[in-house]
Amino acid sequence: MTVNSVCERLDLEVLNLADGEREILGVYAGDLLSWVMGHANESDVLVTIMSNINTLAVASLLDLSCVILAESSEPDPGFVETAQSKEINVFRSKLTTYEICVELSRMLEE
Amino acid sequence: MDNAAPLEFHFNVDGKDFTSAGEASVEVKKILRRIGLDSEAIRRVSIAMYEAEINMVIHAGGGEADVSVSPDKITLVMTDHGPGIADIELAMREGYSTAPDNIRSLGFGAGMGLPNIKRYTDELKIESEVGKGTKITMSVNI
Ligand SMILES: Nc1ncnc2c1ncn2[C@@H]1O[C@H](COP(=O)(O)OP(=O)(O)OP(=O)(O)O)[C@@H](O)[C@H]1O
Ligand SMILES: [Mg+2]
Repeated sequence: MTVNSVCERLDLEVLNLADGEREILGVYAGDLLSWVMGHANESDVLVTIMSNINTLAVASLLDLSCVILAESSEPDPGFVETAQSKEINVFRSKLTTYEICVELSRMLEE
Repeated sequence: MDNAAPLEFHFNVDGKDFTSAGEASVEVKKILRRIGLDSEAIRRVSIAMYEAEINMVIHAGGGEADVSVSPDKITLVMTDHGPGIADIELAMREGYSTAPDNIRSLGFGAGMGLPNIKRYTDELKIESEVGKGTKITMSVNI
């Protein structure tokens, strides 16, 4: 599945779209960055409520396919601009982390 | 790169800006990519350097990073003049953290940084003196 297909299906708010055709290989959910750093894999989606610029450094270092901010988490000032300059796909959703993951799991199984 | 002198890079890590911390690691990752290194080695270096860089920023007020790329391994030396680590064995434990609340609210402080470094490097040496600073030397074999 691609970033675009997830964006459409989950009706995500686009904060930055860098590469919609990027393939998603898995999902990692978490808000503690060193857990994410140690356990997320390349091309995973990261579902998190942590919406500061450090999240983007992790996304960039791990080559994540996209970041989904859950529960309408409000990004810090400069977050979107940084996502643009680092070319990271970032979306936002009203849904909880759990609800987003359930839907992603369904999509991965299709 | 056979027989060539190692490639060396130096970075100053600013200790005042928590929000943009990690820039040196992102830069090193770009360099290693350009060199055409194996992606698993790049991933391991990225994780180890990021954790050490963030630690320098949040626990030690910044410092310096030296990266050296030789044909068989990548070596990272991270030096700071912060408060030092009194009990290194304790600091290495999963879940141990002295991070204050304002830092935790940014997503740090799980006490997983040093364990991540241990897990993703082939060699790790931590030298630290209370009141003087900390030097972390790590390497990842290619
Ligand atoms: N460069 C350093 N200078 C002083 N103390 C340090 C340094 N690096 C680590 N420490 C100490 O070791 C502890 C454990 O570090 P570790 O990176 O494992 O966890 P953390 O930084 O607290 O949280 P996390 O990395 O999960 O965000 C820190 O809380 C701090 O007390
Ligand atoms: Mg740490």
